[in-house]
Amino acid sequence: MSDVTFHTAAKTSQIEEDEAMQVIVEGKEVAIINLGGEYYAMDDICSHAYASMADGYIEGDCIECPLHGAQFNIKTGKAETPPATVDLATYEVKIDGDDILIGLPNG
Amino acid sequence: MSTDQTYVIIGAGQAGGWGAKTLRDEGFDGRVVIIGDENFPPHERPPLSKEVLLGDAEKETCLLWPPGTLEDAGIEMRLGESVSSIAPDDHTLTLANGETIVWNKLLIATGGRARSLNVDGADLEGVFTLRTIGDAEGIRSGLSEGSTVLVIGAGWIGLEVAAAARKRGASAVVIEVADRVCARALTPEMSQWVHALHERNGVEIRLGTSFDHFAGDGKLERAVLTDGTDIGCDVAVIGIGLIPNTELAESAGLDIDNGIVVNETGRTSHPDIYAAGDVTNHPNSLLGRRIRLESWENAQNQAINTAKAMMGTEQPYAEIPWFWSDQYDANIQMMGLPEDWDETVTRGDRVLGEFVEFYLKNGEIQGATAINNPRDLRFTRRLMMSGKKFDASALADTDIKLQKLLKD
Repeated sequence: MSDVTFHTAAKTSQIEEDEAMQVIVEGKEVAIINLGGEYYAMDDICSHAYASMADGYIEGDCIECPLHGAQFNIKTGKAETPPATVDLATYEVKIDGDDILIGLPNG
Repeated sequence: MSTDQTYVIIGAGQAGGWGAKTLRDEGFDGRVVIIGDENFPPHERPPLSKEVLLGDAEKETCLLWPPGTLEDAGIEMRLGESVSSIAPDDHTLTLANGETIVWNKLLIATGGRARSLNVDGADLEGVFTLRTIGDAEGIRSGLSEGSTVLVIGAGWIGLEVAAAARKRGASAVVIEVADRVCARALTPEMSQWVHALHERNGVEIRLGTSFDHFAGDGKLERAVLTDGTDIGCDVAVIGIGLIPNTELAESAGLDIDNGIVVNETGRTSHPDIYAAGDVTNHPNSLLGRRIRLESWENAQNQAINTAKAMMGTEQPYAEIPWFWSDQYDANIQMMGLPEDWDETVTRGDRVLGEFVEFYLKNGEIQGATAINNPRDLRFTRRLMMSGKKFDASALADTDIKLQKLLKD
């Protein structure tokens, strides 16, 4: 059994380039981000306060929390700027036709 | 930066905490001492008038970092202690307990204290100001079903207290001497929106009303207005502003003018003494004037920048000021400190309560206020930084993303 299970989460047409969207996968809030045509997924709730990262703006390889401006690396989830000091989890993404699949860890 | 130098930080709030942590993050390996008179590790204050007051969170939610973070970084924590004097020429300071600490560089982050009222009854049980964790816990214990909370001053703190009181089932009366709420920060239209928000939630707001004194037998029973009428209340919260804690700096001979005067890197009039946060009067090149901010973001970012300057990396600090408040289900945010504008543009729906007001002068955005639209408000900073002129009808069109306006 593999370590992750892929779940269909969205259609590629739903997320424009340099935009993000919140999806709920298995009860978990995940942000799917279209960074220059590549799709990435990370935890959607900022590690500093209760805000949806998908509402944030994308700048370079980072997405900025709309509430307090903390930036996270979209590819690694690393907390790059204050006030956040805790990284966000990232998830594997697969594209199957028009579908975006998110790999969530099992168990 | 290998050194045997000692850098001392006075104040363990948002600015002091970030100042200390930044020294270590940037590789300063000398001695770092942080002295705070509140017996609690470095913390931020916004939750004190919001989640903590509501009882949705305990004081630990205010901690900047998990417990032990600064100790693990080798920072000496002197909490619950206060500084009684600074001797700049000797490079020493003296604690209230008489101990002397020698420093090579000093960061003053003493913030401010709530302004109170020197009136009869101000010392009665049940009369509060709101700045510290102790204040928030004291007020919270009085906010219950059936109690009446009187708020003096319809500014951000006062309105957040009124919102918390209503959410906890207490009655709330707000008195304000001006003719509208948040008159210093909001346009008349936006004041009206916030006023209506509170009335919808059952708050009684009395504008143009002057307060005289508190009365009660040991415990607060009523507030007496200047017209002689009185308001029965169990708890009173005075929310009439902040006084910067400049006394220590002033008696050390540093330049003071509505705060400790610092340059764009946070240096005071003494070359080895710096200051950051609410206590500073600092130049802001983006606004073209000196300002003193009572701002969460400024306390964090000015302190980070100043700590780097202490280590020799001198970059001028300037950001467009940004503030927020949470009241009921409304998130209110402001960008900039607009002084003068000739056009107000509304983007979004006022009635639904999801909109931004932009303030323009000759097409340049001077500032903005948003209700429940942090995303557009945050991006407004980039629109303002661009120096571009914007078309009012395009800003008002919610079908056009603000990002697109910046790319055009």
